Amino acid sequence: MAEEKKELSQKNAPIYEALQEMHRMRLVPFDVPGHKRGRGNPELTALLGEKCMNLDVNSMKCLDNLCHPVSVIRDAETLAAEAFGAAHAFLMVGGTTSAVQSMILSVVGRGDEIILPRNVHRSVMGALVLCGALPVYVDPDCDDDLGISLGMSRGAVEAAIKAHPNAKAVLVNNPTYYGICSDIKAIADTAHKAGMLCLADEAHGTHFYFGAGLPVSAMAADADMAAVSMHKSGGSLTQSSLLLVGSRVEAGYVRQVINLTQTTSASYLLLSSLDISRRNLALRGREAFAKVVDMADYARGEINDIGDYYAYGRELINGDSVFDFDVTKLAVNTLKVGLAGIEVYSLLRDEYDIQIEFGDLGNILAYLSIGDRVRDLERLIGALAEVRRRFGRGSSAKLMKQEYIEPNVALSPQEAFYADSVSLPLEETSGMVCAEFVMCYPPGIPVLAPGERITPRVLEYIRYAKEKGCQMTGPEDPDITRLNVIK
Amino acid sequence: MDLWFSEQHTKNVKLSIRVDKQLCSRESEFQRIDVFDSPEFGRFLVLDGYMMLTEKDEFIYHEMITHVPMAVHPHVRDVLVIGGGDGGACRELIRYGEIEHIDLVDIDEEVTKVCRKYLPFTACGLDDPRVHVHFEDGLKFIRTKSDAYDLIIVDSTDPFGPGEGLFTREFYGNCYKALRDDGIMVNQHESPFYPEDALACQRAHKRIVESFPVSRVYQAHIPTYPSGHWLFGFASKKYHPLKNLDEKRWNARGIKCRYYTTTLHKGAFYIPAYVEELLSDVEHAD
Repeated sequence: MAEEKKELSQKNAPIYEALQEMHRMRLVPFDVPGHKRGRGNPELTALLGEKCMNLDVNSMKCLDNLCHPVSVIRDAETLAAEAFGAAHAFLMVGGTTSAVQSMILSVVGRGDEIILPRNVHRSVMGALVLCGALPVYVDPDCDDDLGISLGMSRGAVEAAIKAHPNAKAVLVNNPTYYGICSDIKAIADTAHKAGMLCLADEAHGTHFYFGAGLPVSAMAADADMAAVSMHKSGGSLTQSSLLLVGSRVEAGYVRQVINLTQTTSASYLLLSSLDISRRNLALRGREAFAKVVDMADYARGEINDIGDYYAYGRELINGDSVFDFDVTKLAVNTLKVGLAGIEVYSLLRDEYDIQIEFGDLGNILAYLSIGDRVRDLERLIGALAEVRRRFGRGSSAKLMKQEYIEPNVALSPQEAFYADSVSLPLEETSGMVCAEFVMCYPPGIPVLAPGERITPRVLEYIRYAKEKGCQMTGPEDPDITRLNVIK
Repeated sequence: MDLWFSEQHTKNVKLSIRVDKQLCSRESEFQRIDVFDSPEFGRFLVLDGYMMLTEKDEFIYHEMITHVPMAVHPHVRDVLVIGGGDGGACRELIRYGEIEHIDLVDIDEEVTKVCRKYLPFTACGLDDPRVHVHFEDGLKFIRTKSDAYDLIIVDSTDPFGPGEGLFTREFYGNCYKALRDDGIMVNQHESPFYPEDALACQRAHKRIVESFPVSRVYQAHIPTYPSGHWLFGFASKKYHPLKNLDEKRWNARGIKCRYYTTTLHKGAFYIPAYVEELLSDVEHAD
């Protein structure tokens, strides 16, 4: 049966349209999921609503299959690629973690080197455990006043490339959680000249593809792959994401890699949310993000007027390790108020019913997006003023700053992860090789990764971060009184 | 013609008022605004489907939110009214000669425009030269004020929609900061009767108790509000609403009211047992 080929445009949402069509056909479901449009699970239906349960269906002829897309999912991916300026786009349903991991598994294998900044997301380290590649860390500069790690300087990347000419790829955070961008265009260029690929973790950068006056997106900077968290600034459902691929990478191979670990029962709630969000961003993203930028600028001004808080912006730009700044990120340094970021985070939640994205030792981050309202910002600003008035301790309060601790890689993450290990009390682990991850969360950056030697400085940092109430995750022992080290 | 306005007081209860005609319906940036004429309650204002005030019973609300603090505080010069764009609270306040300055801050200019046109019986309160009207977010306005007012009146809508920010801990804290050392804050405090309203009432009370050393609740009977039983909050840095009530002084002013008397003032603070209980539950929480 010859099907008429439709002209697709960004006004289409092929998966969404197919779901509507399916609904109109009133199919009798003798397939999974077993809740059968919610009838088999009335309590869940009462919680989520009939409409939601009706959309929770399995791959079928009219809905295509994410593992091997030939119709509506392929069309949705084509539209996404076009909207993001990529050669190919993959809809992902395992979070941006899965997008990042598929990206890395596509370009490095056992024993291969990959150049990356230390402040990579834990998903990157997980990928290295899976594939056996070796990390070559670049020291991201650190802003000593703010206590945050910055981007990679061009020189540091060049030096790493020179020292490791056989590395397969360079990974760039575009931007970091705090909104800091490296010079991704120059880094991609340098990598390409050395025969390497450039990968981007764009978990916090979806809006770069649509907003005006924002930092350059990975695809526009000629990077080769990018993992994009549509569910963060893009507005799709949690756990939905995109993996973008440029022309130097073979898309068919990437699909094979994705299929190694991604579910064969992709959720159509997630897929349709990606489809609809892409359409929304393509049609209205520019004006939507202009509003977000205005709100963030307004909030920065008001917060800085309170006194002692420092809501930073483009003034951080230094042409290199802070090549650009994402002004939609509302990051605020709290040290001069005399409170740790994590303390302000807790006060906002416990005293003022305001949930922000994270607090670290010296900073908080309020996540602004296309769903925010000015009147909610007024609450945040008012609450910050109150936190300072009621709890501020003045700038004399002594707080340790978040420092860069040079990792000492003794074994590959994979070797270390699978090696025979023994659990020792924290204080007896100095000098040993760590067999597990230690993250300070948020923002989820490794303090220790499998294969790294434990130094007294690392131990001191762990003790201090625990004391300040940061959530430390990763080790088998949830209280981190013990660590697994290699025998 | 059988035309009725209905407001759901709970999922299972509604109040209906026969409407003679609808005078105005418009959508502002913040809410939908409607004005109706009715045989029983006269003209009435509705925001987002919720009855705000009627010609017939608005005097109760506006007298109680103003005269109670005015009979306690000995020398009110500067007043801040947050919300209250209808002008009713100001109408009562301008009856006091010693008040020098009133700032009225309402987020929605459209409401005031509508009231000026259709509700002159409350909007007349905005014409006094001492009244300075600011159309902006109350939370924003107050953030920069410190030690500036003797009395703050929070004449808000319900704690959902545009009035939400006026029921928050940060707002009450900012009010505390904006008041002078013997300042008083009075707020619209919701109803204790239906469970959802009672919860809002408890939450507001808890946050005020956390923010002010003196915090008491008083009541009035307002026929068109859900359950008819309505509460106000009296919070202050210094004055007690009963111990510092100066009946003689207030009565000497000769301000004639239809609801408020200094005798009623005292009675209004004697609240039902179940209300005392629901308030004390949150006073001693954590």
